[in-house]
Amino acid sequence: MPRPDSESAPDRTLPQSPGSSDSQDSRVEAEMRKRSRRGFLVALLAAGGAYGGWRWLIARPRVDGLAWPFRRSLSLNEALSGKLFDPNRRVAEVRRDAIPPAGPRVNGDIGLEDPPNLTDWRLRIVGTELRLQLDDLRTLPQTSQATPLNCIEGWTTAARWTGVRFADFVDRFYPSGRSAPYVGLATPDGSYYVGLDAASAFHSQTLLCHAINDEPLSPAHGAPLRLLVPTKYGIKNLKRVGFIEFAQNRPPDYWAERGYDWFAGL
Amino acid sequence: MKGLVKKHPLAIRWFHWINFPLLALMIWSGLMIYWASSDERVSGGVYRIGWGATTLFHFFPKPFWQRLGLEHQLAKGMAWHFFFMWFFAINGVLYVLYTLFSGEWRFLVPGRGDLRGALQVVLHDLHLSETMPAFVRYNPAQRIAYSLVILMGGASLLTGLAIYRPVQFGSLTHLLGGYQWARWEHFWLTMGYVAFFFIHILQVARAGWGNFRSMVTGYDIDQVKEEPAHAKT
Repeated sequence: MPRPDSESAPDRTLPQSPGSSDSQDSRVEAEMRKRSRRGFLVALLAAGGAYGGWRWLIARPRVDGLAWPFRRSLSLNEALSGKLFDPNRRVAEVRRDAIPPAGPRVNGDIGLEDPPNLTDWRLRIVGTELRLQLDDLRTLPQTSQATPLNCIEGWTTAARWTGVRFADFVDRFYPSGRSAPYVGLATPDGSYYVGLDAASAFHSQTLLCHAINDEPLSPAHGAPLRLLVPTKYGIKNLKRVGFIEFAQNRPPDYWAERGYDWFAGL
Repeated sequence: MKGLVKKHPLAIRWFHWINFPLLALMIWSGLMIYWASSDERVSGGVYRIGWGATTLFHFFPKPFWQRLGLEHQLAKGMAWHFFFMWFFAINGVLYVLYTLFSGEWRFLVPGRGDLRGALQVVLHDLHLSETMPAFVRYNPAQRIAYSLVILMGGASLLTGLAIYRPVQFGSLTHLLGGYQWARWEHFWLTMGYVAFFFIHILQVARAGWGNFRSMVTGYDIDQVKEEPAHAKT
């Protein structure tokens, strides 16, 4: 390794003329002044450039609530996260004492403003005549898992979630949906909607969930049926599923239109 | 006799000054993210200084958020954080590689006896002691502080990764004690930078203009020994 500049040796670029040390001192000071002018001028230009760059950045036209360079970087991060996503990696289940006895924390009621109409509720697959009831889903193998639910705000809650695997559901009722690269879900009134990449939608822990802690879903938790995607932030875990769509392009996503990351994966 | 002395290589000056606004932006956007679950009832009451039921300080009181205008900006905070994280990480990695390959690390990495030396520096700076240990470029306290802050940078990247993708980097998240502990560690590392910043500014102010100038120009004026041939008569 090369030896770094030694502290004790004076700079060799300076002329070592045999004058008095006073004139040597003034030469050194003049040289320092020259270097200072140059250094601080570069610093000023760099600071100005950084400030200008920042002003430019935050003034860019917005795409879904974010200046486009930020939106673009989220898309790049998303592409990387998609590549990174391992469908065999499961979310670790939590211990019994990590499950709040009163049920998981409730946050968000968009699309749930009206009380659920449980008698007329049907699960529809967009582009088909399918109108499914909860009993249709009960014919599929039932799964329970004690997985955490991470809110994008930063907190974690947990429950024992019971339902059918989304992949099993699609295999039974709409097998051609397995080849779609994207899945979209929406509440019956269409006011809340999420988009999922196929890998996350068909992950073995992604459920259409109808019971929490062995009780049917309460209206606040999305009765009669909700989506549970523990590999995504809570914002993707749509309550009161009304519509499912299998899409070739990225389906619209409520929070992604409001400045959040479309992928929102964990 | 005065002499011009090279203090900081050009690369290190650029890394340092690029890191400053990047870290500031990471902290600023990080605060916007932390705000969203900073409520004591939500965060489980671990973002505080206190013990048991006693809390001396909760991060942060409402006026702090209000005055700095950091409330209700989670989406913006995440977008900025996940944009600038790349530049922060790349600048940091390049800095570490540079110090390794240039040999500059020799000035920075603490050696044997530096803990004792650092204590002497602290006592000296608090005017409790007259003796200042001899050193080259960085005193023992600086060597420890600067090396520590680089390690903290690495720890911030790791805890950040564990929070960013806690399922995909599940083993890392588990190693750090789980998702919520990784968040807590990430937060306290940030508080560490803030503490470092204030001490650093104070010490730079104390060290004087020549020292600050050397971080911009790379050079400082020092007294050097006169060569016998030019000795004053």
